[in-house]
Parts: sequence; structure tokens; C-alpha cells
Amino acid sequence: MSIMINKNTRILVQGLTGKTGTFHTEQALGYHGTQMVGGIHPKKGGTTWATSAESGLGIELPIFATVKEGADATNADASVVYVPPAGAAAAIIEAIDAQIPLIICITEGVPVLDMVEVKARLADSGSRLVGPNCPGILTPNECKIGIMPGSIFKQGSVGVVSRSGTLTYEAVFQTTTAGLGQTTAVGIGGDPVKGTEFIDVLDMFLDDDETKSIIMIGEIGGSAEEEAAEWLMEQAKLGRKKPMAGFIAGRTAPPGRTMGHAGAVISGGKGGADDKIAAMEKAGIVVSPSPAKLGETLLQAIG
Amino acid sequence: MNIHEYQAKKLLKGFGAPISEGVPILSLADIDAAIEALPGPVYVVKSQIHAGGRGKGRFTELGSDAKGGVRVSFSADEARANAQEMFGKTLVTAQTGPAGKQVNRLYLEDGAQIDRELYLSILVDRETSKVSFVASTEGGMDIETVAHDTPEKIHTIGIDPLGGISDADCATLNAAFELSGMAADDGKKLFPILYKAFVETDMSLLEINPLVVLEDGHLRVLDAKVSFDGNAGFRHADIAELRDETEEDAKEIEASKYDLAYIALDGEIGCMVNGAGLAMATMDIIKLYGATPANFLDVGGGATTEKVTAAFKIITSDPQVKGILVNIFGGIMRCDVIADGVVQAVKDVGLKVPLVVRLEGTKVEEGKAIINNSGLDVIAADDLDDAAQKIVKAVKG
Repeated sequence: MSIMINKNTRILVQGLTGKTGTFHTEQALGYHGTQMVGGIHPKKGGTTWATSAESGLGIELPIFATVKEGADATNADASVVYVPPAGAAAAIIEAIDAQIPLIICITEGVPVLDMVEVKARLADSGSRLVGPNCPGILTPNECKIGIMPGSIFKQGSVGVVSRSGTLTYEAVFQTTTAGLGQTTAVGIGGDPVKGTEFIDVLDMFLDDDETKSIIMIGEIGGSAEEEAAEWLMEQAKLGRKKPMAGFIAGRTAPPGRTMGHAGAVISGGKGGADDKIAAMEKAGIVVSPSPAKLGETLLQAIG
Repeated sequence: MNIHEYQAKKLLKGFGAPISEGVPILSLADIDAAIEALPGPVYVVKSQIHAGGRGKGRFTELGSDAKGGVRVSFSADEARANAQEMFGKTLVTAQTGPAGKQVNRLYLEDGAQIDRELYLSILVDRETSKVSFVASTEGGMDIETVAHDTPEKIHTIGIDPLGGISDADCATLNAAFELSGMAADDGKKLFPILYKAFVETDMSLLEINPLVVLEDGHLRVLDAKVSFDGNAGFRHADIAELRDETEEDAKEIEASKYDLAYIALDGEIGCMVNGAGLAMATMDIIKLYGATPANFLDVGGGATTEKVTAAFKIITSDPQVKGILVNIFGGIMRCDVIADGVVQAVKDVGLKVPLVVRLEGTKVEEGKAIINNSGLDVIAADDLDDAAQKIVKAVKG
């Protein structure tokens, strides 16, 4: 089992014809035959996209003018967005309007007010958005959506959820090295306003029988980690609980500075690492002081 | 991106907000003309720096009994004397750090007859994903202190993103500010103006502290602090022109030319990392092993050899840097591109301090081969822990 995506997931690519979209679609196609079923381009509908010669894949995908057309023709149930920042929100909204159940936006640098509108449109829709500014989702040996390096994954029992892309890779790499492997890794993204929060993913991991333990990686800024910790304590009272390890990036970050991720900023005395670590520890998560000891810390949490 | 108070006020005035008459002073020669342009007899001379707490701030060059960074002056002569004394001096406030900031710009404003001071800000509330007004009757004070001591005096009003600000929202704000009569009528006009300015220019923060009720019963925006969402810069070329580079670190300006997320810190180990989370975590682990980071630097996912070379040059230009840690976990970023950039940069600028390189992820073998075949004196590391310990040992001995 896994969460959100598996070998049956059928994926459209918004922004396939660009350099980034092309590179990562080839990587996905090469990852255990992830089902990329088509691309979207408003002016190139009816044409065909082909993998490059050096990829050695020899795969062609149809290009559709709209997401709706693509979804109708391919029966896609997910869409990945590589559209540049200026058009990313419009691309997400198009996918919401086309009733795509799962939309994953990789794009970094989407204006926050665009995301405020997207969030409002998501509220009454049947769609879930993951991201933006995220590395995507990967279920080992089944499906890869986004930009995570497939080679570091191993099918196994750990659920990984993180606000940071590269720290997701650290967690994956270390749980692979520790012999545990992963069920699914979800990068929720580093923006202040995003589609999916920790609680949404933790809820799915708690429900998933194959997921035996969880790594949660947060960072400074906002209060999503505190809210997740609070929620986990309530769930534990209902008997829903799994061993968890955690990490918070930004203990040494100066207040008031935005640390690369638009959402990573300590402002007005709020969003600091210490409060988050304290909240997570109170909820029973073993928080690692070092980003290099995530695997080790999880083994300790499992006991 | 932050702008100065006088720029923020000009922008808000353009949207129709009630602002006092004022004139910026960009050189000593501007002082007389600025005084001439205002009616008097009361003038306010305000230091223009990108930091709060100016009124209570102190000038390094002046005696401890000298007045602060915002001075009310009751005649043209007094205003002139104040402006001449303040211009070019270094102002230290609670937000500048001990080094302070040089005051290269002043703002001369017409005095206002104040009855009551209020606090208003607009921001994007991360918990509700809405643009929200924060309103308090406790204006002119540090809002964090108000929030801590008397949280019941802070009201947060979220605005429906699809519908925009409504009459009901304005009524709620008027009630939160305890406004009535003429001031409430002004509020009904002002709140939509501020919301429009916030949304149309992609602000990330608009703080008016204080918003005042004048003795004549009208509202006036007496101070304005504005930050913009850097991600929306592509649609606001006019706002980019308001940037004051003298307020920023020279290395950060250089980094921004290459689209690198760089923040100067005061430690001894320079870092070059891909991904914001890993870059923060790298700083944290350096601290954990007993040294301090000289910077935060995320080269980003789409880094080219040119970008990596530029990043390396910026790090080595910092005289405090006693060692460099390159930590890359390739996802989008390919290890071979990083390795090429590092080798190129070392060839260009030389290497005078220890360099530890840790590569993992996409094209890791190719990257390691480039480093190993370069003939450079690079310390290779197996993982993040190993890398952090090696660089700290190389620097601290």
C-alpha cells in the first residue's frame, strides 16, 4: 500500500514541452513505468511529444490544448504542474475546473496572493493540491510524480512528509540505508500558502496499513508543525498512533529573514524552531538534533 | 522587498489614502526647499531606514542626550537644525542591530494634531490562507507587546479572496477601532483603499502604526511600512525601482543578480547548498558541531555552472570565511553541474581556505569524478554528518 499515488495513477503534465517538464517526465517514465499519459499546451494541442534520443525510452505522448480535453481523452486522475510562476496559478485553477482529483505543483516562486485565490477555489472542489514549491510525491517501485531522485528510494514501511525537498531526500536516503524503505514520500512544499498541510498527509499515513512509522520534517515559519503536533495528540487519544521521528530546519536562522523558502521566516517572535521542536516532542515525536541522523532517530523511535 | 516610509506613503496616496503633506530629503542641499514646500509651523523630521523603532533609536555619532530618529520640530529653524544634525549619521534602533544604519534619506512631514492612535496592518494569514486585517486600538506601541500582554485588544479580520472586502468587513473594522461619526465614514473609504493597494501591488505586509484620528475627527495614515512579495516582482517593474540598495548587504545584492538565495551571517564557515531546507539544516549542523555559519546559500534547483561559480565567488569574497562546505543532494540539481561550477570557480579565484564537498543524488558518480580528476585540494565527505565534522575540524583544528 501507499498513499495518494500508486502504479495505477495516470498523470498529465502541465508544462511538459518546456526543458524542466521534459527532463522530469523522462525521469518519471524511466521510473518503474510511471504512467505519464499526456501533456498540456494551449497552442500545441494535437501534436505529439517524444522522449529524447539519449533517454533511450522511445516513448511518445499526446499533447492536448486543455486539461479538460486531456483528462477526457486519457482518463487521467492526476496532473503535475511545471508551468513557470506567472502562469502556475492559472494552470492549477484549470486543473481544478477540469476536476482532476490530485494536482501536484512543482513550480517555485508562485506569488502568494495567487495561491490565496487558488486555496479559495480548492475549498469547494473535489481536487487536492500538493505544493507549490515542492518536490512532488513518490511511491517506491510504482509511481514518481515530480523531481525526487528515484534511485535513493526502496520499497518499505516509512512514510515521509516534509516542507523541504532536499531534506525529503535526506530522510529517504537514510531510511533506505537503515533498511526500512518507504511507503510514500510527500513533499508539501516551502510556501506559506499551500494545498496540502502536514495534518492531511499524517492522516493518510495513519490510515495506511503498510506505513509502520513516519518521518516529519518541518522548518521555521508559520505554525503548521505545532498544529500537526496538537492534532497527533488528539489522534493518539483515539488510539491512532505510529512511531515518529522529526526534524526542524532553521534553528540557527536569524529572525525576520526569509530563508530561501517563501514560508521560512520567523516573524513577530513566531515561527521559531524551539517552539516547534517542543510541540513535536510533547506529541511523542523523537526530534533529531541533526539532519544526518533521521534514520537513526527513527530506529530509536520504533524501539 | 522593503521600501522606505516616504515611498510607501506616496504609493498609498496614489490609491487615495489620507496622508500628511511631506517631502523626501535625499541630500543636505534638499533641506531648505523641503521646509519651504510645507506650511509649518510644526514639522516632523523622520529618518528613512529599513528598520522600525526609529523614534526611540539613538545616533552613534551624537551624545546620549541627543534626540532620536524621529523629531517633532516647532519652527522652520528647528526643523532645519534637526535635519542637518540627523542626515548622514548612524541610527541604532531595536531592529538595526548594534552596528546601526546610516541615515542617507530623511522625510520632512507636516505636523498633525492627534486625538487617538490606532494600529492597522494587512498581511497574508498562513493559518486561514486569507488576506487579513489586524486591528487594535493600541496604536503607536510595539504590537508584539500588545499581542503578548493584552491579546483581547487585537482583532484579526480575514477577507474573502473571491469576494474582496465587504461593507460588513468595514463595519467590523470600525467597531474594532471604536470609530464613529466622521472617522467611521473615513474608515469605510480607507479600508477598501488599503486592501486594493495591498492586492494590486502584491504586498506581503502593510503596517500602519499609527493610524490616527485627528483632532478634527478625520483619519490619517501617520506611518507606513510596506514589504512586497518578491515572487510577484515580475509583474511590478515600477515597484522594483523603489529598491534602495544602500539598505542591503553588498554580497546579497550580488547574489540576487544571479537569482541565488543568499543571506550573510557572521560566522566562519561558508556554505553552498541546494534547497532551502537543506541549506538551513547545514547551518544547524555546523552549529551543532561547534562552529558558526558565515551564510545561508541555496543555489536552487536550476543552477548552471555560471551560477555555481558566482555563488562560490560571493562566499570567498567574505573575509570572515575560514572554510567552505559544499553540500549537495541532487534532485533537480545535478551533482556534475555543481562539481563543474566548483572546479571552475576555484580555477578563477583560487582556494585559500579548506573546502569540503559532499555530493549525493542525481549524477553523483559523475560529480565525484569531476572533483577527483580536477587535481584540486578538496576534502571529500561521505554524508552530511561526515561533511560537517570535517569542515569544523579543518577550521577549528
